[in-house]
Amino acid sequence: MRRSELLSRVLITAGIIVAIGMPLLFWRSTPLIHARRADTGGWSPDVIQAEVDKPLHVRLTSDDVRHGFAVGQMDMQPVDIEPGKVTGVTVTFDQPGIYTFFCTRWCGVNHWRMRGTIEVTGPATTSETVPTTPLYVTLGIDIDAPHESPILPMAQPSAVRGQQLAGDPAMGQFINQDVYRSNTPYQIFEALDSTRLSDSEKWDMVAYIWQSNTTSESLADGNGLYSQNCAACHGEKGAGDGVFADDIAKAGEAAMESMSGSTEMAMQTPADFTDAKRMLGASPALLEGKILRGGMGTGMPMWGSIFTEGQIWDLIAYLYSFQFEYQK
Amino acid sequence: MAKIELTQNTFIKNALRSRYPQLAVFVVMLMGYIFAILAGLIGTPVGSHNFSIVFVWIAWWAILILVAVPFFGRGWCAVCPIPLPGEWLQRGAVLAPPDKKPQWLNRRWPRAFRNIWLQNLSFLLLALFSSVLLTTPRVTGIVLAGMLFAAIGLSMVFERRSFCRYLCPVGGFIGIYSQTAPLELRIKDKQVCVTCEGKPCYNGSAVGYGCPWDVFPGGLTKNTYCGLCMECIRTCPHDNIAVNIRPFSADLAKPGARLDEAFKAFIMLGSALIYAGVLLGPWGALKAAAYNVGTSAWFLYAGAFLAIIFIVLPSLFAICTAHFENRNVFKKHFATLSTALIPLGLMFWVAFSLSFVLTNASYIFASLSDPLGVGWNLFGTANLAWQPMLTSVLAPGQTLALVGGLIWSGRTAQKAANETKTSPLLVILYCFVLTIVMLWLLI
Repeated sequence: MRRSELLSRVLITAGIIVAIGMPLLFWRSTPLIHARRADTGGWSPDVIQAEVDKPLHVRLTSDDVRHGFAVGQMDMQPVDIEPGKVTGVTVTFDQPGIYTFFCTRWCGVNHWRMRGTIEVTGPATTSETVPTTPLYVTLGIDIDAPHESPILPMAQPSAVRGQQLAGDPAMGQFINQDVYRSNTPYQIFEALDSTRLSDSEKWDMVAYIWQSNTTSESLADGNGLYSQNCAACHGEKGAGDGVFADDIAKAGEAAMESMSGSTEMAMQTPADFTDAKRMLGASPALLEGKILRGGMGTGMPMWGSIFTEGQIWDLIAYLYSFQFEYQK
Repeated sequence: MAKIELTQNTFIKNALRSRYPQLAVFVVMLMGYIFAILAGLIGTPVGSHNFSIVFVWIAWWAILILVAVPFFGRGWCAVCPIPLPGEWLQRGAVLAPPDKKPQWLNRRWPRAFRNIWLQNLSFLLLALFSSVLLTTPRVTGIVLAGMLFAAIGLSMVFERRSFCRYLCPVGGFIGIYSQTAPLELRIKDKQVCVTCEGKPCYNGSAVGYGCPWDVFPGGLTKNTYCGLCMECIRTCPHDNIAVNIRPFSADLAKPGARLDEAFKAFIMLGSALIYAGVLLGPWGALKAAAYNVGTSAWFLYAGAFLAIIFIVLPSLFAICTAHFENRNVFKKHFATLSTALIPLGLMFWVAFSLSFVLTNASYIFASLSDPLGVGWNLFGTANLAWQPMLTSVLAPGQTLALVGGLIWSGRTAQKAANETKTSPLLVILYCFVLTIVMLWLLI
């Protein structure tokens, strides 16, 4: 074989090897976590290993639309993940355990299904916090049972008006976190029977009691959490009419058809927090249960692995603002 | 304007005769092609950040339709890497002349398919899925790989570049549009070819291979099927092959009368019109129908696509040719007059391509630095924001292309009508109406 022929063959073969080998080599050395809408795969991989006190560097990319990344129970700012671009983020864990990472952008009707886990191993570097039993469990509340208020106010209860009526020292017993969290607004309304207040004044008083058991900072925090995580389904104004509400209802109908008429586990339209019957019959403890555990097949996700306890109470305080007129 | 023979220049002639410059380009192109396949398969599924989409459907397409075809005809075919691996297998050599029997089966391409109907079909197959193909890297990767493997497979069964000549979906339209280009490969003296023994340009010799495109250069009158591979320059023992610069659209003065080529013109014209509506138009439902392959909306879209190309456009054109009394005369007139649609179609594609190429060209810089979309920044341009380019010249440029195309097709219609001895008026009116539709769709 002539040298030129041999050289040509070597050149072509080398070209092919380089064209295949080099990108594959570099591609393998730059692993990514891919984010896709839940119905086309969600996170990939969806399980990540990490060690306590050792910074975990993750490189994220989106394969379809804009997503977000955050780790539950951690004090971190969510980062955006743009389609076709790579975002880097570093997280350090001081406790072993299983953490949940989740999408923070409304990426589609199944946005809330975009979750993965980070398995963190190693000894704890800070004192371990002892998990507390959720209040709804302690109180034995059946969070799936109906909880409607039999009496409803004629007008929106106002904390401002309630404050003007709050001269009675006996009211002090209600400005108490345990009482507030364990009772429904309707129960407190009933407990105010002993006063000489009219029904509408009693509801104003309930609104005042609810506001007194929270702070403006908590309400602001709850507002932020609600806007980012809940409004997509429940709506910006809490009316259960978020951008995905219709899609959830359609998915529910499809699920009902596929289950041969069984409606037990069907998806439901998102809860309407402006519905007085629903909200005035629900205690903060009951709402805690709903948020922690989720709706069990109704389409409401469980948030227990994502929100801290403080965040959940802040969110609950904000949910009542759809019922009560609070002082600005 | 007289022809200018480029091969009179010794440097150019030697550069074309030597296999090394072409081989070097082939190797680079093949590496890029394989990389595009790989990028499509393993890179980000986001088309605007994947080399396979950005470099194939924006950069390559821009060069092909705005530069290569109008100015160099089959210039792309001269450097296209698709036949390289198959040809190596088929010949058993890359450079060495054929000193032994051809490898593999080396069969003749079936007579029934020695036309461009299969190319029409392969183009339509891709065209119907174009919304997915142009935006989904994996699909692009699979199609590119499919073309490479098809070329290799056909090289092992049939002689010469059967894939390029009869099956390549791109080669078909490059061929008919190459007739408009101001570049040609032709013989210098016909008498030399008549008396040439053995016809080494077609049959091969000790210094080179017989025409890979299955064309006898001595009979070349049009660019359509000459792939500009330059093999005949190497094999001609009489130095009788020339590469010339000539006036634009010289081949169209001698219109052909083949129905497969006529329908290629309709396919290209119709596709440009439909793409302008689907890809650039404001109709979301139409875009969704074209994209959601397999749905009933897509079947409707595909049906309409085929109906426009095979029924609506040809039927209206048939009315314009206005000769129904004799079937053979009608076919001849129909095919001959359809030559007028070649410059019109080319300029439709130029106008359409200007729009999406200028809109999306900025993706090229980002993709250059991060071709797989995995966070590299090789040249520091990975984070360049998307920005449409030269927006102020887009509409005037498109208008110029379309009006120029109309005038060009009018002149071509006149020449074709001289052949058929009919009036070109209705054909010109047909071109005028389509140009107005295209102007409305684009501007």
